[in-house]
Amino acid sequence: MGFFIEVLVGGLMAGVLYSLVALGFVLIFKASGVFNFAQGAMVLFAALSFVRLLDILKDTFAPMLLSLAITIAIMIVLAIAIERLVLRPLVNQPGISLFMATLGIAYFLDGFGQAIWGSDIYTLDVGIPKDPVLLFESVFEGGVLLSTEDMVAALVAGVLVAVLALFFQRTRIGRALRAVADDHQAAQSVGIPLNYIWVIVWTVAGLVALVAGIIWGSKLGVQFSLSLIALKALPVLILGGFESVLGAIVGGLIIGAGEKLSEVYLGPYIGGGIENWFAYVLALFFLLFRPQGLFGEKHIDRV
Amino acid sequence: MFYREAGQFKTSYAADQAVFPIAQDRIFIGIWLLIGFVAIPLLSNEYLFRAIFIPFLIMALAALGLNLLVGYCGQVSLGTGAFMAVGAYAAYNFWIRIPGLNPLIAFALAGGVATVVGILFGIPSLRIKGFYLAVATLAAQFFIDWVFSRIGWFTNYTPSGSIAVPPVSVFGFEFDTPLRKYFLCLTILVLFAVIAKNLVRGRIGRSWMATRDMDVAAEIIGIRPMYAKLSAFAVSSFFIGVAGALWGFIHLGSWEPLAFDVNRSFSILFMVIIGGLGSILGAFLGAAFITVLPLILNQMPQWLGIQLSTAMISHIEFMIFGALIVFFLAVEPQGLARLWRIAKEKLRLWPFPY
Repeated sequence: MGFFIEVLVGGLMAGVLYSLVALGFVLIFKASGVFNFAQGAMVLFAALSFVRLLDILKDTFAPMLLSLAITIAIMIVLAIAIERLVLRPLVNQPGISLFMATLGIAYFLDGFGQAIWGSDIYTLDVGIPKDPVLLFESVFEGGVLLSTEDMVAALVAGVLVAVLALFFQRTRIGRALRAVADDHQAAQSVGIPLNYIWVIVWTVAGLVALVAGIIWGSKLGVQFSLSLIALKALPVLILGGFESVLGAIVGGLIIGAGEKLSEVYLGPYIGGGIENWFAYVLALFFLLFRPQGLFGEKHIDRV
Repeated sequence: MFYREAGQFKTSYAADQAVFPIAQDRIFIGIWLLIGFVAIPLLSNEYLFRAIFIPFLIMALAALGLNLLVGYCGQVSLGTGAFMAVGAYAAYNFWIRIPGLNPLIAFALAGGVATVVGILFGIPSLRIKGFYLAVATLAAQFFIDWVFSRIGWFTNYTPSGSIAVPPVSVFGFEFDTPLRKYFLCLTILVLFAVIAKNLVRGRIGRSWMATRDMDVAAEIIGIRPMYAKLSAFAVSSFFIGVAGALWGFIHLGSWEPLAFDVNRSFSILFMVIIGGLGSILGAFLGAAFITVLPLILNQMPQWLGIQLSTAMISHIEFMIFGALIVFFLAVEPQGLARLWRIAKEKLRLWPFPY
């Protein structure tokens, strides 16, 4: 029983990290209807910028804060550039063209990030304790072994979601974002500037990518494979629904737990390495019952 | 003036239903066939065959298949690489398990297996639409990748997991030189292009296009969505499966599952989008563009005389590739095939402004 809970909790924690990446996807899809494949590349780019700046600025008085500030600035510039150079020329194009364009952005960012920051594996240490802790020793035999790192990550993700929820519900810009997400045309006709909103939302997605990049980077090291976690976040998305922040969180938890449990309990019977596709098949199974994802908006077709 | 159909009267039903009703189109296709079958074999060398023409022909076949599904039926699929892998591994298994089997028949059977797998993974499309479906097809990609790298039977238990095949020979005729391989691929591609062209202008193609334009409306006017969608998956997978078998047997000769990973799927989807959705010509243009572009980017630093490390070159390649994709999408979102449509329009009017 202790072992089961350990695997389950480990999976849920990993799921939180998937949620962090999926969150960036959801924000952009909600506000601009763009299926942003570049989110993974943005995670890599943000993490690379941060870790390299940290190295360059290590002799200044506050390297952590300074490089964080500069990376945030870089992500804002990136958002503006994407809006100007990619979204604006492609406005009103079919979704598939925009999706392909974000694939182009992903290629560009992968190349650009590694060209200017180098392509080695960088270790990132932001002071998150790494020692595992034992919990519930009195309840189960052997207790439940948890990694502190994962718990910090889960905490950060929770705070991030709460901040985002506040931002969406309470601020003027947040209301504008929700209006745009509901109906582009109506939002524009009441005077909400779409271009400005897109810059904001890509910036927010960039910041979410930065947080995800720092957490993933301190766990695995900052390297090219960070870019591929986008592929891990996709099943989370279709499971939770493209339009739902809550969906990204719940989807992430389900996928994370399902993946770890299947690897441990199912893996030995059908051969290892099933992590790669199990999430997709799990998501597919849910989709057969709810084609718009668990929390997605039901799409009504009219002729 | 060069492309005016005025004065070309159709005097029989056969002429009215011709594949290319306009004389200029027929001439144009004839010129391309001449270039393909005569000019290129005469003028080109082994390197060009190996590096450009053979990959281009096979990729064009795969892009053609994917275009039937994405461009004509509107079902976005990111599992192309996996269906190619199914074709390649199926052809390999038919070929080693049935001694003396004609490789061409093995390729056709491989296409058949890919068709079955394609229909299986197409079933979710009956319920799921749009990007949900696109992500769902990634399930096929990762699952099939896993199957071929983990289950030894498919690779005949080779210890390294990679497969090597000797040159294909049909009735004692060896396809061992690049020139012969080129002719084999070209012939197959032309055959499949004719099939595709005829499919999309017939009843089945029209039912695909109706489904693409609006599936609910199509259903209401009496098109069975299950039949339309699954037939699109089936035909497309057959094309892609044959392309995969050719890619393994003719182009690579020896391969491992990585040859058909998710990047292959993306690059073929790029071909379809850059070439032009819903256009047979577009599949060719897109395949040419995506095949040639990396080669040019790779050679560029040498031509410009810049010394760069290989890692740097590959990063810059990535950057330029990504930027060009975005650029092309922004300049011509309907793909390269539209440039030809514009050119036709201009040729019709020239030298008059309108």
